[in-house]
Amino acid sequence: MDSAGRASGSGVSVTLVSIELHRATLSNGLRVLLVPDPATPVVGVAVHVDVGFRSEPEGRTGFAHLFEHLMFQGSESLEKLAHFRHVQGSGGVFNGSTHQDYTDYFEVLPAAALERALFLEADRLRAPKLTEENLRNQVDVVKEEIRLNVLNRPYGGFPWILLPPVLYDTFPNAHNGYGDFSELEQASLDDAAGFFDTFYAPGNAQLTVAGPIDVDATMALVEKHFGDIPARPTPERPSFFEPVPGAERRQSVPDAHAPLPALAMGFRMPDPATDLDGYLAHVLLASVLGDGEAARLQRRLVHADGLVTDVSASAGLMGSLDARDPDTFTVTAVHPASVEPDRVVGAVDEELEKLAATPPSADELARQVARWSAALHQENDRVMYRMLGLGARELLYGRAEITLELTDRLATLTPAQVAGAAGALRGAGRGVLLVEPGTQQEDDA
Amino acid sequence: MTAVTTHRTAEEIGRTATGPRELPALGETREVPLPDVVERTLPSGLRVLAAHRPGVPMVELRMRVPFAARTPEQPAVGELLSSTLLTGTASRDRVEIDDELAAVGADLGVSVDPERLSIGGSGLAEGLPRVLGVLADVLTAATHPDTEVARERERLAERIEVARAQPRTIAREALQRRRFGDHPITREMPAADEVSAVTAEQVRVLQAASLVPGGAILTLVGDIDPEEAIAQVGDALAGWTADHAAYELDAPPLPAPGDLLLVHRPGSVQSQLRLSGRALRRDDDGYAALQLANLVFGGYFSSRWMENIREDKGYTYGAHSGMEFVPGGSLLGVETDVASDVTAAALLETRYELGRMVAVPPTPEEVEAARAYAIGSLLISLDSQGGLAGMLTSLAADGLDSDWLRAHPGRLTAVTTDEVAAAALRFFAPSTFTGVVVGDADVIGDGVRALGGITGS
Repeated sequence: MDSAGRASGSGVSVTLVSIELHRATLSNGLRVLLVPDPATPVVGVAVHVDVGFRSEPEGRTGFAHLFEHLMFQGSESLEKLAHFRHVQGSGGVFNGSTHQDYTDYFEVLPAAALERALFLEADRLRAPKLTEENLRNQVDVVKEEIRLNVLNRPYGGFPWILLPPVLYDTFPNAHNGYGDFSELEQASLDDAAGFFDTFYAPGNAQLTVAGPIDVDATMALVEKHFGDIPARPTPERPSFFEPVPGAERRQSVPDAHAPLPALAMGFRMPDPATDLDGYLAHVLLASVLGDGEAARLQRRLVHADGLVTDVSASAGLMGSLDARDPDTFTVTAVHPASVEPDRVVGAVDEELEKLAATPPSADELARQVARWSAALHQENDRVMYRMLGLGARELLYGRAEITLELTDRLATLTPAQVAGAAGALRGAGRGVLLVEPGTQQEDDA
Repeated sequence: MTAVTTHRTAEEIGRTATGPRELPALGETREVPLPDVVERTLPSGLRVLAAHRPGVPMVELRMRVPFAARTPEQPAVGELLSSTLLTGTASRDRVEIDDELAAVGADLGVSVDPERLSIGGSGLAEGLPRVLGVLADVLTAATHPDTEVARERERLAERIEVARAQPRTIAREALQRRRFGDHPITREMPAADEVSAVTAEQVRVLQAASLVPGGAILTLVGDIDPEEAIAQVGDALAGWTADHAAYELDAPPLPAPGDLLLVHRPGSVQSQLRLSGRALRRDDDGYAALQLANLVFGGYFSSRWMENIREDKGYTYGAHSGMEFVPGGSLLGVETDVASDVTAAALLETRYELGRMVAVPPTPEEVEAARAYAIGSLLISLDSQGGLAGMLTSLAADGLDSDWLRAHPGRLTAVTTDEVAAAALRFFAPSTFTGVVVGDADVIGDGVRALGGITGS
C-alpha cells in the first residue's frame, strides 16, 4: 500500500495473451518464425540479418547502415524504386534500421499482399543489384540523414554516438555507427559486394511473418520464394566483450547548437544471454529510477533539488533487449549552466547508493511492472512492433519467447535483485560524457 | 575491407541463372470490420465516444477540450496549466497521482496548442475506473500548488530554450507567421519571459474559466464494454460542469500566395524548405481526389518529389507533403530539409515538380498506386486501439463520425484520374504557394534569390 492507503498494483493481472510461435529452418539455413493472428487484417514480413554496426570494419564506419540503404535500391527482378512502389502500391508501409548487432528490413501490408512481400524480401536477399550510381546516391542521402539527425541540431547523437567512445576501448563498441563522412565517401562497390557475401548469407538471417496467416500455406510460400537462395558459409560471430573499466572515465564534447549543458552516464550491464535475470534487474532499475513522476531521479533531481530540466534512465543503448553483450545502461540529463555537472552526477550516485542499501518496496516494483505490462500489450497490439520485437529477440537470443515472458519474469524479480543492480552500477567503472553548449564546432559539411 | 579473401563481384551478386522473376499477384482483400462506436453527450456537454476493440487487455483514452486563448498571456499560462495539471489535487500530490496511475499500468499526458488542450493516455482495461478517477480529480480539484508552478516555470523556460534551438521549431514558427501573421493560431510556443511572469493564481483562474466540458470530446477504445465505460465516465465526471461551453479558436485568414521568406540561421549546415498552399477539409466532395493528388506529388515515398530529390538527386533524407486542418480551413504543406549547398537546386526541383503536377497530370498508374496506398495505410493505421482512438477523436472534432471512416475507402475507389488531374491543377500550381526558407543566408542567399520569388534577409 502506498502512503495514501490506496491499493497497489499487485492485484492486476500481468500475463500476456498467448501467442503461437511456429519455427522452421530452410535447407539453406534461413530461420523462419511464423506468428499467426486471425484477428488482424494486416500482415507483416521482416528479415533480420545478423550484422549490425559493431561488425563493420575499421576505416568503414557507417557501412552497415549505408548497406541497409543499398538493399532498397533494386534487385535482380526489381528495378531501382520498384521495391518502394510495389510495397506502397499494394497498400503497405516499409522501413529498415541498423542496430548494434542486427539490421532489419520489413513491410506491413493488407493481408492480400503476403506473397508479394515474401517475393520482395526474397529477391533482394538472393540477388541485390549493387551499382556505383546507387552507391553514390545513397552516400549523399545518408549524409543528409546525418546532417538532419546529428550535425544541424542540438544534442545530435546524444548519447548513442557520443557516449560509447567514453565507456569502451575497442573499435566495435566505441565507434560512430552513423559513420564519418570521409569514410562513407570512400566506400566502394567492392566493399558492398564483400559485405553482402559475408554477412547476408541465408543462414545468417531470420524471416518473421505475423498476421492472419495459415501456417502450412505460409510455410509453403516461404519455401517457394526463399528456398532456392543458395546456402553460403555463415560468418563466425566474434565476441565483442571487453573488460569493464575499473574507474570513471570522463570526456567533454562541444555542441554549437545546444543552449543548455547535458550529461550522460554510461555503465555496463550483465550479459542477457548468460544472466537474463541480472539484465532484467537493470531493466527494472531503469524504470524505478526514471519512469514517471514518482521515479527516484525525477523526484530527487528534477523536483527536490531542482538540478536538471529533464532526466531519464535506460537499460540498453538502443532499447532493452536490443543487443548482445556488451550493452550500456545510461542515465542522461539536460541541466542549466548554473548547475555544475558534478552535482548532477553526485545526486545520481546517492540515489543509486540509497537503492543499493535499502531495496525498493514490493509495491514500487509492482507499479513499474504494471507499466511494463501495459507497454508490452501496446507493442503487441500493432503487427509491426509485435513482429519486430519477436524477430529481434529470436535472432539475438534464439528465443522470441523472451518477449512473451518478459512481464512475468520482471514480476518475479525481488527488491534485493534490483538493489543488487543499483549496487553493481555504483561499484563499477563508468563513462561520463559532458556536452558543453555554445562552443564552436567543426562540422563535416 | 573485409576479412573474406574472395567474394563475388557486385555484378555477379545481382544476377542468377534463372533470371528475373515475376511479381506475384495480390491475394484476396479482407473486409475490415470497424467496431460500432457508441456516442453520448453528458448533461455537462461532454461528448463521450466508446468502442469495443479487444485484442490486448488495454484501453486508450483521448480527450480534447477546445482551448482558444482569450488573453495575450494565455499561451504561457496554458503551458503551465498543462505542466502542472497532474501535480496536485485537493487529495493527492504529484507522486500519489503517478502511483495511482502506475498501479493499473496507466499513463496520462497533457499538452496544449492554440486550438485545444489534449489529455491522452492508456492503461490496463480493468483499471479504467481508477484512471477515470484520476482524470475527474484533476479536472475538478487540481490545485496547481505554488511550489509546483514555480518549479515547472523554470523547467518550461529551459525546455523552450532547447526547443527554439531546433531547426524544425525555427522553421515552424517562421512558417506560421508567414501564413497567419499575428493570428492567435501562431502562438504555438510562448516566449521564456512570458512563462516566467505567470503566477499560480493565473493558472487556477484559467482552469476554472477554460478547462470546461461543453464541446469537449472524450474517446475510449479498447477491451471495454462501451455502454459500461460511458456509464463509468458519467459517474466519474459528474462533478465536472460549467455554465458555458469551451472556447473554440476563431478561423484564421487563409494565407495568400506570395514569395518565400528567407530566414537567416547562422551556421546552419542544412536548410528547411517549407511551402504552403490551400487544401480541402475532409467533408469536401473533392477531398479524396486531393488526397490522391497529394500522394502522387509528395505524400508518400513513391511520390514524384521524393523520387526526384532523394532517390535521383540525393539532396535530402526526406521530403513530405500533406494536409493540415485549421479552424474553417485546410492547408497543404510541402516540407524538406536539404544541405546548404544544394538548397537552390532543391528549390528549383520542388517548383519543377509542382509545375509538373499541372502540366503533366498524374497518370492512371500513379493514381492506382496512390489509391491502393491510401486505402491500405488507412487500414494499417486503424489496426490498433491507439490508432482508432486518435482517428475517432480527430473526426469527431470535425463533426464527422465512424460512418465517414467506413465510407472513405469507397470514396477513394470512386475517384477518377480526371478528378485527380483537376485537383492537381487547382492546388499544386507553383504560383499558389507561400512559405519560408530557413538556412544560413550567407551561404544559400545568392542562389535562392537568383531563382526569384524570394524575399527577406
